[in-house]
Amino acid sequence: MHIYLNGEQRETDAASIDDLIAELGIQGRMIAVERNLEVVPKSTYADTQLAEDDRIEIVHMIGGG
Amino acid sequence: MSKDTFKVGTYTFNSRLIVGSGKYKDFETTRLATEAAEAEMITVAIRRVNITDPGKENLLEYIDPKKYVILPNTAGCFNAEDAVRTLRLAREAGGWDLVKLEVLGDTHTLYPNVVETIKAAATLVAEGFQVMVYTNDDPIVATRLEEIGCVAVMPLGNPIGSGRGLANPFNIRVIKERAEVPIVVDAGIGTASDAAKAMELGADAVLINTAIAEAKDECMMAGAMRDAVRAGRAAYLAGRMPKRAFASASSPTEGYIWD
Repeated sequence: MHIYLNGEQRETDAASIDDLIAELGIQGRMIAVERNLEVVPKSTYADTQLAEDDRIEIVHMIGGG
Repeated sequence: MSKDTFKVGTYTFNSRLIVGSGKYKDFETTRLATEAAEAEMITVAIRRVNITDPGKENLLEYIDPKKYVILPNTAGCFNAEDAVRTLRLAREAGGWDLVKLEVLGDTHTLYPNVVETIKAAATLVAEGFQVMVYTNDDPIVATRLEEIGCVAVMPLGNPIGSGRGLANPFNIRVIKERAEVPIVVDAGIGTASDAAKAMELGADAVLINTAIAEAKDECMMAGAMRDAVRAGRAAYLAGRMPKRAFASASSPTEGYIWD
């Protein structure tokens, strides 16, 4: 399936947000996920299915003032 | 005398020095300088995870969210919509509701876009965020942001990262005198005397990043800022003497041996 991940095109086998996080190897990290401009609550990662051309953003915290 | 704590929204701090975590040469220095500052609150930025190298070290492995209040910011946002999106994500990531809102006007001055800042503040307050808001040193705008429900107003001393000190001390004092919420001088502080000056004017706290991160000895400067903030606060509470146009003798002017 084709999605946009952090602004880049990506082909993925992931069916859910949970699968995508596992595919990226970032399980357990302090992150947040947005799907098509809506925040995806952590508790729903497994239930949130990916759809063709979804726009997914995965963010974390970095140094900043 | 009761303890002089710094209260912001539902949070209470002993330290009046808020630090940033940007521009450090490495995470270990960030950790050491933050400890030296004896800060209790530290700002962080929200950015995309590096998908190609997700295993890279993480700031929060060095700055423990159990030990520090993490203050996510919206640095780099130039409109209300992006700022609100960013902080919604921050709240989901760490559960933080205390946030630093900054909406910038352009990349050259990094001055706040006040119109977009007010818009974003209203949305965030309505969504239950406790908003500490970066703004111009404009007393009218500061009052407006307080009316919206921001828990702290953070006027700039000078442009972000400029280290030029306080451009308009009079405005900082006016903002403080009118405000019911804490006033935090954010941006522009370059060295310890700037921080002390801000506190002497009555600021409830200062937020410092570049002045510490770009010092030759980051930890020593963090300690200097810690002491300056304490000294300035104490001087403010103590109440300074009036300024006079002329001299006023310190020793008694009677009982001279030649009289």
